[in-house]
Amino acid sequence: MLLNQGIYSGNRDGFEVVHMIRAFWAELNRDLLLAFRRRGDLLNPLLFFVMVVVLFPLGVSPAADFLAQLAPGVLWVCALLAALLSLDNLFKSDYEDGTLEQLVLSSESNYMTAMAKAIAHWLTTGLLLALMAPLLALMLFLPTEAIPVLVISLLLGTPTLSLIGAIAAALTVGLKKGGVLISLLVIPLYIPVLIFGASAVQNATLGLPVAAHFAILGAMLIMSLVLAPFAIAASLRMSVSS
Amino acid sequence: MAKKQIMPLWFYRLASPKYCYQITATLLPYFAAITLALLSIGIVWALLFAPQDYQQGNSFRIIYIHVPSALLAQSIYLTMALSGAIGIIWKMKIADMVAYACAPIGASMAFVALITGAIWGKPTWGSWWVWDARLTSMLILLFLYFGVMALYSAMGNSASAARAAAILSLVGLVNIPIIKYSVDWWNTLHQPATFTLTEKPAMPVEMWLPLLVMVLGFYFFFATAMLLRLRNEILLREKRTSWVKQLVSEL
Amino acid sequence: MQFDSWLAFFNMGGHGLYVWLSFGIALLVLMLNIVSPLFQFKSTVQSLAKKYQRESNRQ
Repeated sequence: MLLNQGIYSGNRDGFEVVHMIRAFWAELNRDLLLAFRRRGDLLNPLLFFVMVVVLFPLGVSPAADFLAQLAPGVLWVCALLAALLSLDNLFKSDYEDGTLEQLVLSSESNYMTAMAKAIAHWLTTGLLLALMAPLLALMLFLPTEAIPVLVISLLLGTPTLSLIGAIAAALTVGLKKGGVLISLLVIPLYIPVLIFGASAVQNATLGLPVAAHFAILGAMLIMSLVLAPFAIAASLRMSVSS
Repeated sequence: MAKKQIMPLWFYRLASPKYCYQITATLLPYFAAITLALLSIGIVWALLFAPQDYQQGNSFRIIYIHVPSALLAQSIYLTMALSGAIGIIWKMKIADMVAYACAPIGASMAFVALITGAIWGKPTWGSWWVWDARLTSMLILLFLYFGVMALYSAMGNSASAARAAAILSLVGLVNIPIIKYSVDWWNTLHQPATFTLTEKPAMPVEMWLPLLVMVLGFYFFFATAMLLRLRNEILLREKRTSWVKQLVSEL
Repeated sequence: MQFDSWLAFFNMGGHGLYVWLSFGIALLVLMLNIVSPLFQFKSTVQSLAKKYQRESNRQ
């Protein structure tokens, strides 16, 4: 006890930061490990992404120039929906087996835990969707020079989607019928990301500059990275206590 | 140890639902009378005496409904989010009830703004719907209201529902400027410059004075409708208290 | 007064349908927002009165 006080009292703030970072990594590690153990589930959003994109040539028209025009919007909307539909499971299993309650009650910073969970969600959905997108872009005849822009815009945009989506997932985790409700809560909040993400790709197909779009997507990412964990943590506390 | 008071005394007195119920009872008749007076003056003025627009003719008179309802839809969202925040910070039951009462009124105002915008669009643009920046932002605001209302209907009117709706509406409040900015930007990118519904170089006094009356009338309407809903909520949530029992036996 | 006759007033220079539809819908929504909580108040008071009656009978 004395020894502990001796060590920590001198540099308490530094200790807190180290402690927070360690809590963050522990949570991230755990979530990634769990995701890795259930590899089959990782595929689901990707398969959804592929299948919905395939619906467009079938439902609208397989003409190459038409699809090329449609591609930026379709790819972004489908990636957004795939990320959206995977939100339901973000906190569900932890809530059901009581882990979530322990996490919220523990002395670890809820802010860091919330951030770790959202980032783990992105690593297991958004990142994979972004890596998958070039394949679908080819199938929709997106001009090749726009493909890197598509991947970068998805890499910048989907973490924001995961962070905002985690708020809604945390709000509804205690409810039995969370699924559709999450979409209702989250879709309006996703609109800015969609607008800037899709029009970055659109600009790239026209040979226009995209730096401003990336800057705004990045700004939205930083803002949600800083602010969303507060809302996620508060929502988790609410869901656990009710 | 006495805690230091940060807020003025009247703020703390609002924490008592009984006191708030008494306030609603005193204010309601006045607010209802003012609403009725302002709205009837405003409507007669707007329909009969305001001059017609040299470009849009008489369809311009829709502005006297469209602008007040759009303004109100935004103000009500702000009211809802801020009272939700008060409910979280001070654990004040009455603030939760105010937020709960705001949601459907705000949604109905956003709905009126959209419908009148669409009706106005027909003679002005030639089609019922145009992806105009303001209309699109208003549509998204309506979606935000729907989200909050869906959350309430899924969770009932418990304390945790109030907490959840407050968090959601605060997140929405942070997002509203971003949504507005992105939609404006998207609109300028995709639309050739059309002339917008409400942007006028300078409105003459005869035109904006009735608009002012209508806006005030709508705000008092909101106050009246909100107090009516608040009154019901107080009774329902305080039904176990003796003062409600006494009140019900007297009515 | 901007109109010469009642007919001109209802016609609104050919835009009558749009103007009256907007004002009609708006007034309807405003009325609903006032009337529905009034009815709700009545039913709330009645149901609470019944509830208290039952509780006092039980004792």
